[in-house]
Amino acid sequence: MTIQFNDETFRDDYTFRNSPWAIKRFPFPFHEDSYMYSVNMERHRGGPKGSVYEKRFDVDEHYLSEMRDRALVLAEDPLRCQSLPHMTLAGWDLLELIMVAKSEDYPDLFELHRNGNAWRWVNKPMGIDHSFTFLDDATLPHGPMEYITRQTQGDFAVLDQRDDNLWMDAGMVTTQADWSLDFDIGMNFFEWHAPVPLAHEMGVFQRALKFLLNVQQGSPARRLNWTMTVNPLLDTSPENYHKWGIQKTELTPENVGAKQHLRVELQTFFRLPRSNALVFPIRCYLIALQDVVSVPKWGRRLHRVIRDLPVELATYKGFVRNRPLIVEYLSQFDDGLPTSDGVWPDLETEPPLRSG
Amino acid sequence: MSRRAPPKILTRNIYMSDFKFPPSIKSRPVYGVLEPRPGKSHLMIADAEGAEALLRLASENPEIFSGAHIIYIPKDTGETFVERLRAAAPAILHVSPSYAACLPRLRRVLSDAHMGLQVYLAGTEGLMGQAMVEATNAGIPHSAIQTEHRGSVARRMQCVHCKGITEDVMTDPFVCSHCGLTLFVRDHYSRRLAAFQGVCIDAEEPGNIPAPVELYK
Repeated sequence: MTIQFNDETFRDDYTFRNSPWAIKRFPFPFHEDSYMYSVNMERHRGGPKGSVYEKRFDVDEHYLSEMRDRALVLAEDPLRCQSLPHMTLAGWDLLELIMVAKSEDYPDLFELHRNGNAWRWVNKPMGIDHSFTFLDDATLPHGPMEYITRQTQGDFAVLDQRDDNLWMDAGMVTTQADWSLDFDIGMNFFEWHAPVPLAHEMGVFQRALKFLLNVQQGSPARRLNWTMTVNPLLDTSPENYHKWGIQKTELTPENVGAKQHLRVELQTFFRLPRSNALVFPIRCYLIALQDVVSVPKWGRRLHRVIRDLPVELATYKGFVRNRPLIVEYLSQFDDGLPTSDGVWPDLETEPPLRSG
Repeated sequence: MSRRAPPKILTRNIYMSDFKFPPSIKSRPVYGVLEPRPGKSHLMIADAEGAEALLRLASENPEIFSGAHIIYIPKDTGETFVERLRAAAPAILHVSPSYAACLPRLRRVLSDAHMGLQVYLAGTEGLMGQAMVEATNAGIPHSAIQTEHRGSVARRMQCVHCKGITEDVMTDPFVCSHCGLTLFVRDHYSRRLAAFQGVCIDAEEPGNIPAPVELYK
């Protein structure tokens, strides 16, 4: 497999685009025509060939541009990457997990050569060929977590497990749906989810925590989460909200299809071997509404989901102001026909949009 | 220390000593009522009306009080409680003009802490939160730290944008004392920072800033 990496931006002129390949493999998050919170966990043991679920750490056409964007964010605000002192070993665990997975899953892009603790890591797309000593911090230019996550798409929360809880004690967070690592670092599972409406009362977090505490080595899990973002802005951080919030007011009936993006997080969970920490990669995929509706099933379904979403969720997800505009746009792509079960595009079997 | 302004009238709601915080989200701290607990030593840290909680403790258990090290920051209560605290005869009473001023002392005292130390925190959320950080950083288990809210319901706020801390915030919204943005007051709380989160209120409508409302009104 050869990936053609895009040269694109996630800020200022927003040249980000999804190719037809990326649209077809987009992780559409709705398996039915409505949405409510659930503990939608499943095992992360591959998926259909070419899908974003196939590999442990999906690499796609946005890789190099996302890594450039991450470097820009970190230069502006180093607090987006932090690790409490007891989390260094978990950082090495994470470095090992990613290097082993990527070199096995993408041998044409990444190589890992190990001779005892003398390791050589080759990242061809980023032009890195680096020899270092495993578990020796002094042989890397950054801490181990920062080093490897500057080379891996998605945010990373590294969770310490103690007192029957998970503690967000380290992370690399530059593509977040409006939460602050700097504020949340050190919090337990219930505390960092505290601002989420409805889900606590539904018992979602108790059940999710119980599941996550029992994730075993070699048996990672995954789920999807989603929100909406105006413009393909990866760094929707609270830190910069006073700069990007205004973009929410720039939607018009003419530009909503191009500017409004569905933002989906592929969240995965891996137990780490030495530290017993849990790493929680949060991989962000963006797609413009005009590209979503190019898949007839997804256009019909997204209209129904957004139209019927409880107002608390639309508010929490930050698009309640623009919902009427979004629903109006999407309604053009909902002819009322039934949709097939499941998240897949089903391009061959679902009927095209009935006009009129 | 120099005398400050006389204490505000204690019957105003915001200064009521037994203010009941409304139910909130799970990151928001909840406070209890100090009770005397057996321990090898007792460290008590209070500000302003927090002294009332210590005085009640003293009346319930003079023995524990007589072995206690107290660090007290009167803030705008001036001398109101100082003599009464002294009269209750703690082993050590240190009156400090500000939390920042007593911090080196607090750290020094905590560096001597042994198993069996009991920590009592009383007063404003900002004082209790910051002292809690010091105590837990020093390895004192949560089970040995008690809290009791007294006095002002003002909040210690972190600006999520510039990271500056604004102390004693009484209104929502408020102006960040560092970067000048107008921030709304969230209930989301970081124990590590001992602060609530403040977020720009007019990001989506620059200049549209509602009139500040006193907290809990």
